Amino acid sequence: MNWSVIGAVWRREMRSYFANPTAYIVLAVFLLITGWFFTLNLFKENLAHLRSIFDILPFLLVVFAPAISMRLISEERKSGTLELLVTMPVRDFDVIFGKFLAAFVLYAVALVLTFVYPFTIIVLGDAPVGSIAAGYIGLLLLGAGYLGVGLLGSALTESQIVAFILSFAVSAALAVLVFAAIVIPPPLADIIQYLSTTYHFQNIARGVLDSRDVIYFLSLIFLVLLLASRAMTQRKFL
Amino acid sequence: MIHIEHLKKYYGNFPAVDDISFDVARGEILGFLGPNGAGKTTTMKVITGFYPPNEGRITIDGRDVTEESLKTRAMIGYLPENTPLYHDLTVYEYLKHIADVRQIPNGEQKHRIRTMVEVTGLQHRLGQPISKLSKGFRQRVGLAQAMLHDPKVLVLDEPTIGLDPNQIVEIRDLIRKLGEEKTVILSTHILPEVQATCDRVVIIHQGKLVADGTPEQLQHRFQGRPVITLQVHGAPDDAGEKLLAIAGVETVDREQNSEANVKQFQIATGTTSDPRSDIFRLCVQQGWTLLGMTRRVESLESIFRQLTRRDEPAVPVEEVAA
Ligand SMILES: Nc1ncnc2c1ncn2[C@@H]1O[C@H](COP(=O)(O)OP(=O)(O)OP(=O)(O)O)[C@@H](O)[C@H]1O
Ligand SMILES: [Mg+2]
Repeated sequence: MNWSVIGAVWRREMRSYFANPTAYIVLAVFLLITGWFFTLNLFKENLAHLRSIFDILPFLLVVFAPAISMRLISEERKSGTLELLVTMPVRDFDVIFGKFLAAFVLYAVALVLTFVYPFTIIVLGDAPVGSIAAGYIGLLLLGAGYLGVGLLGSALTESQIVAFILSFAVSAALAVLVFAAIVIPPPLADIIQYLSTTYHFQNIARGVLDSRDVIYFLSLIFLVLLLASRAMTQRKFL
Repeated sequence: MIHIEHLKKYYGNFPAVDDISFDVARGEILGFLGPNGAGKTTTMKVITGFYPPNEGRITIDGRDVTEESLKTRAMIGYLPENTPLYHDLTVYEYLKHIADVRQIPNGEQKHRIRTMVEVTGLQHRLGQPISKLSKGFRQRVGLAQAMLHDPKVLVLDEPTIGLDPNQIVEIRDLIRKLGEEKTVILSTHILPEVQATCDRVVIIHQGKLVADGTPEQLQHRFQGRPVITLQVHGAPDDAGEKLLAIAGVETVDREQNSEANVKQFQIATGTTSDPRSDIFRLCVQQGWTLLGMTRRVESLESIFRQLTRRDEPAVPVEEVAA
Protein backbone atom coordinates (compact mmCIF):
# COMPACT_ATOMS: atom_id res chain seq x y z
CA MET A 1 0.00 0.00 0.00
CA ASN A 2 1.48 3.27 -1.12
CA TRP A 3 -0.49 6.06 0.48
CA SER A 4 0.85 8.83 -1.71
CA VAL A 5 -0.51 7.01 -4.77
CA ILE A 6 -3.78 6.16 -3.03
CA GLY A 7 -4.08 9.76 -1.86
CA ALA A 8 -3.39 11.21 -5.31
CA VAL A 9 -5.97 8.96 -6.96
CA TRP A 10 -8.46 9.67 -4.17
CA ARG A 11 -8.05 13.45 -4.47
CA ARG A 12 -8.59 13.40 -8.21
CA GLU A 13 -11.72 11.27 -7.92
CA MET A 14 -13.17 13.47 -5.17
CA ARG A 15 -12.52 16.50 -7.30
CA SER A 16 -14.10 14.86 -10.25
CA TYR A 17 -17.22 13.98 -8.23
CA PHE A 18 -17.71 17.51 -6.99
CA ALA A 19 -16.60 19.29 -10.16
CA ASN A 20 -19.42 17.58 -12.03
CA PRO A 21 -23.10 17.66 -11.14
CA THR A 22 -22.92 13.91 -10.35
CA ALA A 23 -22.18 14.18 -6.66
CA TYR A 24 -24.83 16.82 -6.03
CA ILE A 25 -27.49 14.95 -7.96
CA VAL A 26 -26.64 11.71 -6.20
CA LEU A 27 -26.73 13.35 -2.77
CA ALA A 28 -29.99 15.16 -3.53
CA VAL A 29 -31.74 12.06 -4.82
CA PHE A 30 -30.51 10.06 -1.86
CA LEU A 31 -31.82 12.61 0.61
CA LEU A 32 -35.12 13.03 -1.22
CA ILE A 33 -35.90 9.34 -1.26
CA THR A 34 -34.89 8.64 2.31
CA GLY A 35 -36.67 11.81 3.44
CA TRP A 36 -39.82 10.84 1.62
CA PHE A 37 -39.97 7.42 3.25
CA PHE A 38 -39.13 8.87 6.62
CA THR A 39 -41.88 11.51 6.63
CA LEU A 40 -44.38 9.09 5.15
CA ASN A 41 -43.72 6.83 8.08
CA LEU A 42 -43.86 9.69 10.51
CA PHE A 43 -47.34 10.81 9.43
CA LYS A 44 -48.90 7.53 8.52
CA GLU A 45 -48.13 5.69 11.70
CA ASN A 46 -47.76 8.86 13.74
CA LEU A 47 -44.75 7.15 15.07
CA ALA A 48 -41.18 8.24 14.96
CA HIS A 49 -38.73 5.51 14.11
CA LEU A 50 -36.09 4.70 11.56
CA ARG A 51 -37.78 1.71 9.95
CA SER A 52 -37.76 3.67 6.71
CA ILE A 53 -34.02 4.07 6.71
CA PHE A 54 -33.00 0.68 7.96
CA ASP A 55 -35.57 -1.34 6.03
CA ILE A 56 -35.64 0.42 2.70
CA LEU A 57 -32.19 1.88 2.34
CA PRO A 58 -30.39 -1.49 2.09
CA PHE A 59 -32.36 -2.17 -1.09
CA LEU A 60 -31.99 1.36 -2.41
CA LEU A 61 -28.24 0.93 -2.11
CA VAL A 62 -28.33 -1.78 -4.75
CA VAL A 63 -29.13 0.98 -7.24
CA PHE A 64 -27.41 3.84 -5.51
CA ALA A 65 -23.93 2.30 -5.09
CA PRO A 66 -23.43 1.26 -8.74
CA ALA A 67 -24.54 4.76 -9.76
CA ILE A 68 -21.72 6.22 -7.68
CA SER A 69 -19.03 3.80 -8.78
CA MET A 70 -19.88 3.05 -12.41
CA ARG A 71 -17.70 5.82 -13.87
CA LEU A 72 -14.61 5.22 -11.75
CA ILE A 73 -12.70 3.05 -14.22
CA SER A 74 -14.96 2.84 -17.29
CA GLU A 75 -14.62 6.55 -17.94
CA GLU A 76 -10.83 6.46 -17.73
CA ARG A 77 -10.65 3.41 -19.95
CA LYS A 78 -12.81 5.11 -22.55
CA SER A 79 -10.87 8.38 -22.56
CA GLY A 80 -7.51 6.59 -22.51
CA THR A 81 -6.28 8.17 -19.28
CA LEU A 82 -6.30 4.74 -17.62
CA GLU A 83 -3.41 3.70 -19.84
CA LEU A 84 -1.35 6.63 -18.67
CA LEU A 85 -2.30 6.06 -15.04
CA VAL A 86 -1.38 2.38 -14.92
CA THR A 87 1.85 2.81 -16.88
CA MET A 88 3.12 5.02 -14.08
CA PRO A 89 4.90 3.17 -11.29
CA VAL A 90 1.76 2.38 -9.28
CA ARG A 91 0.33 -0.85 -8.01
CA ASP A 92 -3.04 -1.66 -9.53
CA PHE A 93 -4.48 -2.30 -6.10
CA ASP A 94 -3.46 1.15 -4.88
CA VAL A 95 -5.24 2.75 -7.82
CA ILE A 96 -8.35 0.69 -7.13
CA PHE A 97 -8.22 1.43 -3.42
CA GLY A 98 -7.90 5.19 -4.00
CA LYS A 99 -10.94 5.10 -6.26
CA PHE A 100 -12.85 2.98 -3.80
CA LEU A 101 -12.12 5.41 -0.97
CA ALA A 102 -13.41 8.31 -3.05
CA ALA A 103 -16.71 6.55 -3.70
CA PHE A 104 -16.86 5.51 -0.05
CA VAL A 105 -16.37 9.07 1.20
CA LEU A 106 -19.09 10.37 -1.10
CA TYR A 107 -21.41 7.69 0.23
CA ALA A 108 -20.45 8.44 3.82
CA VAL A 109 -21.27 12.10 3.23
CA ALA A 110 -24.69 11.06 1.95
CA LEU A 111 -25.21 8.95 5.08
CA VAL A 112 -24.14 11.76 7.38
CA LEU A 113 -26.66 14.05 5.73
CA THR A 114 -29.45 11.63 6.71
CA PHE A 115 -28.54 12.19 10.36
CA VAL A 116 -31.31 14.83 10.36
CA TYR A 117 -33.84 11.99 10.66
CA PRO A 118 -32.43 10.31 13.76
CA PHE A 119 -31.95 13.76 15.26
CA THR A 120 -35.63 14.49 14.70
CA ILE A 121 -36.50 11.28 16.49
CA ILE A 122 -34.17 11.97 19.37
CA VAL A 123 -35.72 15.42 19.71
CA LEU A 124 -39.28 14.07 19.46
CA GLY A 125 -38.91 11.36 22.00
CA ASP A 126 -36.65 8.83 23.55
CA ALA A 127 -34.79 7.08 20.78
CA PRO A 128 -32.69 3.92 21.02
CA VAL A 129 -29.38 5.61 20.27
CA GLY A 130 -27.48 2.32 20.40
CA SER A 131 -29.55 0.59 17.75
CA ILE A 132 -29.49 3.67 15.55
CA ALA A 133 -25.69 3.67 15.71
CA ALA A 134 -25.61 -0.06 14.92
CA GLY A 135 -27.88 0.52 11.96
CA TYR A 136 -25.61 3.17 10.59
CA ILE A 137 -22.53 1.01 10.99
CA GLY A 138 -24.38 -1.69 9.09
CA LEU A 139 -25.33 0.72 6.33
CA LEU A 140 -21.75 1.89 6.04
CA LEU A 141 -20.42 -1.65 5.63
CA LEU A 142 -23.23 -2.70 3.32
CA GLY A 143 -22.75 0.32 1.08
CA ALA A 144 -19.00 -0.22 1.01
CA GLY A 145 -19.56 -3.79 -0.18
CA TYR A 146 -21.85 -2.66 -3.01
CA LEU A 147 -19.44 0.12 -3.97
CA GLY A 148 -16.71 -2.50 -4.26
CA VAL A 149 -18.94 -4.60 -6.50
CA GLY A 150 -19.65 -1.44 -8.52
CA LEU A 151 -15.95 -0.80 -8.91
CA LEU A 152 -15.47 -4.34 -10.19
CA GLY A 153 -18.22 -3.76 -12.75
CA SER A 154 -16.57 -0.53 -13.79
CA ALA A 155 -13.22 -2.28 -14.22
CA LEU A 156 -14.74 -4.79 -16.61
CA THR A 157 -16.08 -2.48 -19.31
CA GLU A 158 -15.56 0.93 -20.83
CA SER A 159 -19.32 1.52 -20.90
CA GLN A 160 -20.72 3.12 -17.76
CA ILE A 161 -24.18 1.78 -18.51
CA VAL A 162 -22.92 -1.79 -18.82
CA ALA A 163 -20.89 -1.30 -15.64
CA PHE A 164 -24.04 -0.12 -13.86
CA ILE A 165 -26.15 -3.02 -15.04
CA LEU A 166 -23.49 -5.61 -14.19
CA SER A 167 -22.92 -4.32 -10.68
CA PHE A 168 -26.63 -3.81 -10.08
CA ALA A 169 -27.27 -7.43 -11.03
CA VAL A 170 -24.54 -8.79 -8.75
CA SER A 171 -25.48 -6.54 -5.83
CA ALA A 172 -29.16 -7.38 -6.18
CA ALA A 173 -28.34 -11.08 -6.21
CA LEU A 174 -26.27 -10.72 -3.04
CA ALA A 175 -29.11 -8.76 -1.46
CA VAL A 176 -31.98 -11.19 -2.19
CA LEU A 177 -30.02 -14.36 -1.51
CA VAL A 178 -31.31 -14.09 2.06
CA PHE A 179 -34.81 -14.97 0.88
CA ALA A 180 -33.53 -18.18 -0.61
CA ALA A 181 -33.77 -19.63 2.87
CA ILE A 182 -37.54 -19.61 2.50
CA VAL A 183 -37.63 -22.01 -0.43
CA ILE A 184 -34.46 -24.06 0.04
CA PRO A 185 -34.03 -26.83 2.64
CA PRO A 186 -32.07 -25.88 5.80
CA PRO A 187 -28.44 -27.00 5.43
CA LEU A 188 -28.05 -25.42 2.02
CA ALA A 189 -30.22 -22.46 2.95
CA ASP A 190 -27.91 -21.60 5.81
CA ILE A 191 -24.92 -21.42 3.53
CA ILE A 192 -26.74 -19.36 0.94
CA GLN A 193 -28.09 -17.07 3.59
CA TYR A 194 -24.60 -16.63 4.93
CA LEU A 195 -23.48 -15.33 1.53
CA SER A 196 -26.18 -12.68 1.48
CA THR A 197 -25.31 -9.09 2.27
CA THR A 198 -28.78 -8.44 3.62
CA TYR A 199 -28.45 -11.23 6.17
CA HIS A 200 -25.31 -9.75 7.68
CA PHE A 201 -26.68 -6.24 7.54
CA GLN A 202 -29.76 -7.31 9.46
CA ASN A 203 -27.58 -8.99 12.07
CA ILE A 204 -25.59 -5.81 12.60
CA ALA A 205 -28.65 -3.54 12.51
CA ARG A 206 -30.26 -5.64 15.23
CA GLY A 207 -27.64 -4.17 17.50
CA VAL A 208 -25.48 -7.18 18.12
CA LEU A 209 -22.14 -6.38 16.62
CA ASP A 210 -20.80 -9.82 15.82
CA SER A 211 -17.28 -9.94 14.42
CA ARG A 212 -18.39 -12.56 11.87
CA ASP A 213 -20.68 -10.04 10.17
CA VAL A 214 -17.97 -7.41 10.08
CA ILE A 215 -15.48 -9.94 8.74
CA TYR A 216 -17.99 -10.94 6.05
CA PHE A 217 -18.17 -7.39 4.74
CA LEU A 218 -14.45 -6.76 4.99
CA SER A 219 -13.65 -9.93 3.08
CA LEU A 220 -16.31 -9.16 0.48
CA ILE A 221 -14.79 -5.72 -0.05
CA PHE A 222 -11.25 -7.08 -0.20
CA LEU A 223 -12.24 -9.80 -2.65
CA VAL A 224 -14.06 -7.53 -5.10
CA LEU A 225 -11.30 -4.91 -4.96
CA LEU A 226 -8.73 -7.58 -5.68
CA LEU A 227 -10.78 -8.82 -8.62
CA ALA A 228 -11.25 -5.25 -9.80
CA SER A 229 -7.53 -4.60 -9.82
CA ARG A 230 -6.99 -7.76 -11.84
CA ALA A 231 -9.76 -6.75 -14.23
CA MET A 232 -8.46 -3.22 -14.64
CA THR A 233 -5.27 -4.34 -16.42
CA GLN A 234 -4.26 -7.65 -17.88
CA ARG A 235 -1.15 -7.72 -15.76
CA LYS A 236 -0.27 -10.47 -13.35
CA PHE A 237 1.17 -8.23 -10.67
CA LEU A 238 -1.08 -6.13 -8.47
CA MET B 1 18.90 0.60 -23.11
CA ILE B 2 15.70 -0.85 -24.59
CA HIS B 3 16.03 -4.45 -25.66
CA ILE B 4 13.16 -6.13 -27.49
CA GLU B 5 13.43 -9.83 -28.18
CA HIS B 6 11.02 -11.81 -30.36
CA LEU B 7 8.07 -9.81 -29.14
CA LYS B 8 4.61 -11.11 -29.98
CA LYS B 9 1.33 -9.55 -28.95
CA TYR B 10 -2.02 -10.89 -30.03
CA TYR B 11 -5.47 -9.35 -29.87
CA GLY B 12 -7.49 -12.54 -29.71
CA ASN B 13 -6.02 -14.55 -32.57
CA PHE B 14 -4.78 -11.55 -34.47
CA PRO B 15 -1.03 -10.97 -34.17
CA ALA B 16 -0.72 -7.17 -33.93
CA VAL B 17 2.99 -7.53 -33.20
CA ASP B 18 4.54 -10.59 -34.77
CA ASP B 19 8.04 -11.51 -33.66
CA ILE B 20 9.78 -8.17 -33.50
CA SER B 21 13.31 -7.74 -32.17
CA PHE B 22 15.37 -4.58 -31.96
CA ASP B 23 17.50 -2.59 -29.55
CA VAL B 24 17.63 1.08 -28.75
CA ALA B 25 20.99 2.28 -27.48
CA ARG B 26 21.37 4.73 -24.61
CA GLY B 27 21.02 8.29 -25.86
CA GLU B 28 19.61 7.18 -29.18
CA ILE B 29 16.51 8.65 -30.81
CA LEU B 30 14.69 5.89 -32.61
CA GLY B 31 12.04 6.64 -35.21
CA PHE B 32 9.34 3.99 -35.28
CA LEU B 33 7.69 3.96 -38.67
CA GLY B 34 4.89 2.01 -40.22
CA PRO B 35 1.57 2.51 -41.97
CA ASN B 36 -1.71 2.64 -40.05
CA GLY B 37 -2.33 -0.55 -38.14
CA ALA B 38 1.28 -1.73 -38.40
CA GLY B 39 1.53 -2.33 -34.66
CA LYS B 40 3.50 0.71 -33.47
CA THR B 41 1.10 1.68 -30.72
CA THR B 42 0.73 -1.92 -29.62
CA THR B 43 4.51 -2.31 -29.33
CA MET B 44 4.67 0.85 -27.24
CA LYS B 45 1.92 -0.41 -24.96
CA VAL B 46 3.96 -3.50 -24.23
CA ILE B 47 7.16 -1.51 -23.66
CA THR B 48 5.38 0.73 -21.16
CA GLY B 49 3.87 -2.23 -19.32
CA PHE B 50 0.24 -1.67 -20.24
CA TYR B 51 -0.04 -5.04 -21.93
CA PRO B 52 2.04 -8.06 -21.03
CA PRO B 53 3.74 -9.61 -24.07
CA ASN B 54 2.32 -12.92 -25.30
CA GLU B 55 5.77 -14.09 -26.26
CA GLY B 56 9.28 -12.72 -26.11
CA ARG B 57 10.64 -10.23 -23.68
CA ILE B 58 11.53 -6.60 -23.26
CA THR B 59 14.12 -5.18 -20.92
CA ILE B 60 14.76 -1.56 -20.02
CA ASP B 61 18.25 -0.94 -18.71
CA GLY B 62 18.53 -4.69 -18.14
CA ARG B 63 15.27 -5.00 -16.20
CA ASP B 64 12.41 -7.09 -17.53
CA VAL B 65 9.22 -5.06 -18.06
CA THR B 66 6.98 -7.80 -16.68
CA GLU B 67 9.14 -9.00 -13.81
CA GLU B 68 10.30 -5.62 -12.54
CA SER B 69 7.45 -3.61 -13.88
CA LEU B 70 7.37 -0.96 -11.16
CA LYS B 71 11.05 -0.20 -11.72
CA THR B 72 10.86 -0.10 -15.51
CA ARG B 73 7.72 2.01 -15.42
CA ALA B 74 9.52 4.50 -13.17
CA MET B 75 12.24 4.84 -15.81
CA ILE B 76 9.83 5.57 -18.65
CA GLY B 77 8.01 8.74 -19.63
CA TYR B 78 5.09 7.93 -21.91
CA LEU B 79 2.97 9.98 -24.24
CA PRO B 80 0.18 7.67 -25.41
CA GLU B 81 -1.51 8.05 -28.78
CA ASN B 82 -4.19 10.78 -28.79
CA THR B 83 -2.77 12.38 -25.63
CA PRO B 84 -5.31 11.33 -22.99
CA LEU B 85 -5.62 13.98 -20.27
CA TYR B 86 -8.03 14.81 -17.44
CA HIS B 87 -10.02 17.58 -19.03
CA ASP B 88 -11.60 18.82 -15.81
CA LEU B 89 -8.24 19.78 -14.33
CA THR B 90 -6.20 22.89 -15.06
CA VAL B 91 -2.72 22.47 -16.52
CA TYR B 92 -1.11 23.05 -13.12
CA GLU B 93 -3.49 20.74 -11.28
CA TYR B 94 -2.87 18.08 -13.87
CA LEU B 95 0.90 18.24 -13.65
CA LYS B 96 0.67 18.32 -9.86
CA HIS B 97 -1.51 15.20 -9.96
CA ILE B 98 0.99 13.41 -12.18
CA ALA B 99 3.82 14.46 -9.85
CA ASP B 100 1.87 13.00 -6.92
CA VAL B 101 1.10 9.72 -8.66
CA ARG B 102 4.72 9.45 -9.76
CA GLN B 103 5.72 10.03 -6.14
CA ILE B 104 8.06 12.89 -6.96
CA PRO B 105 9.15 14.21 -3.53
CA ASN B 106 7.18 17.29 -2.46
CA GLY B 107 10.30 19.44 -2.31
CA GLU B 108 11.15 18.77 -5.95
CA GLN B 109 7.67 18.97 -7.44
CA LYS B 110 7.54 22.77 -7.86
CA HIS B 111 10.93 22.84 -9.51
CA ARG B 112 10.16 19.96 -11.87
CA ILE B 113 6.79 21.41 -12.87
CA ARG B 114 8.32 24.84 -13.46
CA THR B 115 11.12 23.38 -15.59
CA MET B 116 8.77 21.32 -17.76
CA VAL B 117 6.35 24.20 -18.14
CA GLU B 118 9.16 26.41 -19.41
CA VAL B 119 10.52 23.74 -21.71
CA THR B 120 7.13 23.16 -23.31
CA GLY B 121 6.09 26.81 -23.35
CA LEU B 122 3.04 26.45 -21.13
CA GLN B 123 3.81 29.39 -18.80
CA HIS B 124 0.69 31.35 -19.67
CA ARG B 125 -1.66 28.36 -19.62
CA LEU B 126 -1.08 27.03 -16.12
CA GLY B 127 -4.44 28.17 -14.75
CA GLN B 128 -6.48 27.12 -17.77
CA PRO B 129 -8.65 24.02 -17.72
CA ILE B 130 -7.28 21.44 -20.14
CA SER B 131 -10.71 21.21 -21.79
CA LYS B 132 -10.24 24.79 -23.02
CA LEU B 133 -6.80 24.26 -24.55
CA SER B 134 -6.16 23.89 -28.26
CA LYS B 135 -4.89 20.55 -29.54
CA GLY B 136 -1.33 21.76 -29.83
CA PHE B 137 -1.27 22.95 -26.24
CA ARG B 138 -2.77 19.69 -25.04
CA GLN B 139 0.03 17.95 -26.86
CA ARG B 140 2.50 20.10 -24.94
CA VAL B 141 0.82 19.18 -21.66
CA GLY B 142 1.20 15.54 -22.66
CA LEU B 143 4.89 16.04 -23.34
CA ALA B 144 5.41 17.95 -20.08
CA GLN B 145 3.73 15.09 -18.24
CA ALA B 146 5.94 12.51 -19.95
CA MET B 147 9.12 14.31 -18.94
CA LEU B 148 8.06 15.46 -15.49
CA HIS B 149 10.05 12.87 -13.57
CA ASP B 150 13.14 13.29 -15.75
CA PRO B 151 12.91 9.74 -17.11
CA LYS B 152 15.78 7.92 -18.76
CA VAL B 153 13.51 6.63 -21.49
CA LEU B 154 10.85 8.49 -23.43
CA VAL B 155 8.19 6.61 -25.36
CA LEU B 156 6.29 9.06 -27.56
CA ASP B 157 3.40 7.88 -29.75
CA GLU B 158 3.06 10.43 -32.55
CA PRO B 159 4.32 13.37 -30.52
CA THR B 160 3.95 16.05 -33.19
CA ILE B 161 0.50 15.17 -34.44
CA GLY B 162 -1.85 18.13 -34.37
CA LEU B 163 0.88 20.72 -33.98
CA ASP B 164 1.33 23.69 -36.28
CA PRO B 165 4.56 23.86 -38.35
CA ASN B 166 6.27 26.20 -35.87
CA GLN B 167 5.42 23.98 -32.95
CA ILE B 168 6.55 20.92 -34.85
CA VAL B 169 9.98 22.47 -35.30
CA GLU B 170 10.06 23.46 -31.62
CA ILE B 171 9.05 20.02 -30.41
CA ARG B 172 11.53 18.32 -32.72
CA ASP B 173 14.28 20.56 -31.44
CA LEU B 174 13.17 19.74 -27.94
CA ILE B 175 13.22 16.01 -28.60
CA ARG B 176 16.64 16.28 -30.19
CA LYS B 177 17.92 18.22 -27.21
CA LEU B 178 16.47 15.70 -24.79
CA GLY B 179 17.82 12.92 -26.94
CA GLU B 180 21.34 13.93 -26.04
CA GLU B 181 20.93 12.34 -22.64
CA LYS B 182 17.74 10.34 -22.92
CA THR B 183 16.78 7.31 -24.93
CA VAL B 184 13.80 8.19 -27.08
CA ILE B 185 11.50 6.02 -29.13
CA LEU B 186 8.97 7.95 -31.16
CA SER B 187 6.41 6.76 -33.65
CA THR B 188 5.41 8.86 -36.60
CA HIS B 189 4.01 8.87 -40.09
CA ILE B 190 5.95 11.96 -41.08
CA LEU B 191 9.11 10.94 -42.89
CA PRO B 192 10.91 14.28 -42.88
CA GLU B 193 10.48 14.12 -39.12
CA VAL B 194 12.52 10.95 -38.99
CA GLN B 195 15.25 12.45 -41.09
CA ALA B 196 15.21 15.61 -38.99
CA THR B 197 15.21 14.04 -35.53
CA CYS B 198 16.10 10.39 -35.48
CA ASP B 199 19.44 8.62 -35.24
CA ARG B 200 17.90 5.38 -36.30
CA VAL B 201 14.76 4.11 -37.99
CA VAL B 202 12.78 0.93 -37.50
CA ILE B 203 10.04 0.28 -40.03
CA ILE B 204 7.31 -2.22 -39.23
CA HIS B 205 4.53 -3.49 -41.43
CA GLN B 206 1.72 -5.88 -40.48
CA GLY B 207 3.37 -6.51 -37.14
CA LYS B 208 6.71 -7.48 -38.66
CA LEU B 209 9.96 -5.61 -38.74
CA VAL B 210 10.87 -4.78 -42.32
CA ALA B 211 13.81 -2.40 -41.93
CA ASP B 212 16.22 -1.26 -39.24
CA GLY B 213 19.09 1.18 -39.64
CA THR B 214 20.13 4.84 -39.77
CA PRO B 215 18.24 6.93 -42.32
CA GLU B 216 21.43 6.95 -44.45
CA GLN B 217 21.91 3.19 -44.19
CA LEU B 218 18.34 2.55 -45.25
CA GLN B 219 18.72 4.90 -48.14
CA HIS B 220 21.87 3.15 -49.13
CA ARG B 221 20.59 -0.37 -48.68
CA PHE B 222 17.29 0.05 -50.41
CA GLN B 223 18.05 2.54 -53.08
CA GLY B 224 17.83 1.36 -56.63
CA ARG B 225 20.49 2.76 -58.94
CA PRO B 226 20.50 6.54 -59.03
CA VAL B 227 18.83 7.80 -62.17
CA ILE B 228 19.87 10.85 -64.16
CA THR B 229 17.29 12.61 -66.27
CA LEU B 230 18.92 14.41 -69.18
CA GLN B 231 17.40 16.82 -71.69
CA VAL B 232 19.42 17.97 -74.67
CA HIS B 233 18.70 20.03 -77.77
CA GLY B 234 20.17 19.20 -81.14
CA ALA B 235 21.45 15.71 -80.42
CA PRO B 236 21.53 13.16 -83.23
CA ASP B 237 19.76 9.79 -83.09
CA ASP B 238 22.87 7.92 -82.01
CA ALA B 239 23.36 10.15 -78.97
CA GLY B 240 22.20 7.28 -76.80
CA GLU B 241 25.15 5.10 -77.77
CA LYS B 242 27.58 7.91 -77.06
CA LEU B 243 26.09 8.33 -73.59
CA LEU B 244 26.28 4.61 -72.95
CA ALA B 245 30.02 4.72 -73.67
CA ILE B 246 30.61 6.96 -70.64
CA ALA B 247 32.12 5.16 -67.65
CA GLY B 248 29.60 4.46 -64.90
CA VAL B 249 26.55 4.58 -67.14
CA GLU B 250 24.67 1.31 -67.14
CA THR B 251 21.57 1.84 -69.24
CA VAL B 252 20.18 4.63 -71.34
CA ASP B 253 16.51 4.91 -72.21
CA ARG B 254 15.14 7.46 -74.54
CA GLU B 255 11.93 9.07 -73.36
CA GLN B 256 9.18 10.81 -75.27
CA ASN B 257 9.50 14.56 -75.45
CA SER B 258 7.08 16.68 -77.45
CA GLU B 259 9.38 19.65 -77.93
CA ALA B 260 10.94 19.84 -81.38
CA ASN B 261 14.50 18.66 -81.64
CA VAL B 262 14.70 17.94 -77.89
CA LYS B 263 15.71 14.49 -76.69
CA GLN B 264 15.21 13.19 -73.18
CA PHE B 265 17.08 10.28 -71.63
CA GLN B 266 16.83 8.30 -68.41
CA ILE B 267 20.33 7.27 -67.56
CA ALA B 268 20.78 4.63 -64.88
CA THR B 269 24.18 4.55 -63.20
CA GLY B 270 26.03 2.38 -60.72
CA THR B 271 25.16 3.01 -57.09
CA THR B 272 28.48 4.69 -56.37
CA SER B 273 29.24 6.47 -59.62
CA ASP B 274 28.08 9.92 -60.64
CA PRO B 275 28.98 10.53 -64.31
CA ARG B 276 27.27 13.92 -64.53
CA SER B 277 30.43 15.87 -65.30
CA ASP B 278 31.35 13.43 -68.08
CA ILE B 279 27.88 13.80 -69.54
CA PHE B 280 28.24 17.56 -69.43
CA ARG B 281 31.62 17.38 -71.19
CA LEU B 282 30.20 15.10 -73.89
CA CYS B 283 27.43 17.59 -74.59
CA VAL B 284 29.91 20.48 -74.91
CA GLN B 285 32.18 18.39 -77.10
CA GLN B 286 29.35 17.30 -79.41
CA GLY B 287 27.81 20.75 -79.52
CA TRP B 288 24.48 19.68 -77.94
CA THR B 289 22.66 22.23 -75.88
CA LEU B 290 22.15 20.97 -72.35
CA LEU B 291 18.62 21.89 -71.24
CA GLY B 292 18.46 19.98 -67.98
CA MET B 293 20.12 17.30 -65.93
CA THR B 294 18.98 15.97 -62.52
CA ARG B 295 20.12 13.02 -60.45
CA ARG B 296 17.59 11.35 -58.21
CA VAL B 297 18.30 8.96 -55.38
CA GLU B 298 15.37 7.18 -53.80
CA SER B 299 14.03 9.05 -50.82
CA LEU B 300 13.20 7.50 -47.50
CA GLU B 301 9.63 8.10 -48.50
CA SER B 302 9.76 5.80 -51.49
CA ILE B 303 11.69 3.22 -49.48
CA PHE B 304 8.90 3.38 -46.93
CA ARG B 305 6.26 2.97 -49.61
CA GLN B 306 8.17 0.15 -51.21
CA LEU B 307 8.47 -1.74 -47.92
CA THR B 308 4.94 -1.26 -46.71
CA ARG B 309 2.78 -1.73 -49.75
CA ARG B 310 -0.67 -2.74 -48.66
CA ASP B 311 -1.19 -5.52 -51.14
CA GLU B 312 2.03 -7.32 -50.37
CA PRO B 313 2.69 -9.37 -47.27
CA ALA B 314 5.42 -8.05 -45.03
CA VAL B 315 8.84 -9.53 -45.63
CA PRO B 316 10.85 -9.73 -42.42
CA VAL B 317 14.06 -7.75 -42.33
CA GLU B 318 16.48 -10.68 -42.42
CA GLU B 319 15.14 -11.75 -45.79
CA VAL B 320 15.22 -8.25 -47.17
CA ALA B 321 18.82 -7.82 -46.17
CA ALA B 322 19.83 -11.18 -47.63
N1 LIG C 1 -7.60 -3.19 -28.46
C1 LIG C 1 -7.50 -3.81 -29.65
N2 LIG C 1 -8.24 -4.90 -29.91
C2 LIG C 1 -8.16 -5.54 -31.09
N3 LIG C 1 -7.35 -5.17 -32.10
C3 LIG C 1 -6.58 -4.09 -31.91
C4 LIG C 1 -6.62 -3.35 -30.68
N4 LIG C 1 -5.75 -2.33 -30.78
C5 LIG C 1 -5.20 -2.42 -32.01
N5 LIG C 1 -5.69 -3.46 -32.70
C6 LIG C 1 -5.29 -3.89 -34.05
O1 LIG C 1 -3.91 -4.16 -34.01
C7 LIG C 1 -3.26 -3.66 -35.17
C8 LIG C 1 -2.12 -2.75 -34.78
O2 LIG C 1 -2.67 -1.58 -34.21
P1 LIG C 1 -1.76 -0.40 -33.67
O3 LIG C 1 -2.67 0.57 -33.01
O4 LIG C 1 -0.64 -0.95 -32.88
O5 LIG C 1 -1.20 0.21 -35.03
P2 LIG C 1 -0.34 1.52 -35.27
O6 LIG C 1 0.88 1.10 -35.98
O7 LIG C 1 -0.17 2.28 -34.01
O8 LIG C 1 -1.28 2.33 -36.27
P3 LIG C 1 -1.53 3.90 -36.42
O9 LIG C 1 -0.43 4.40 -37.28
O10 LIG C 1 -2.84 3.97 -37.11
O11 LIG C 1 -1.54 4.51 -35.07
C9 LIG C 1 -4.33 -3.01 -36.00
O12 LIG C 1 -4.71 -3.92 -37.02
C10 LIG C 1 -5.47 -2.77 -35.04
O13 LIG C 1 -6.70 -2.88 -35.71
MG1 LIG D 1 -0.71 4.11 -33.38
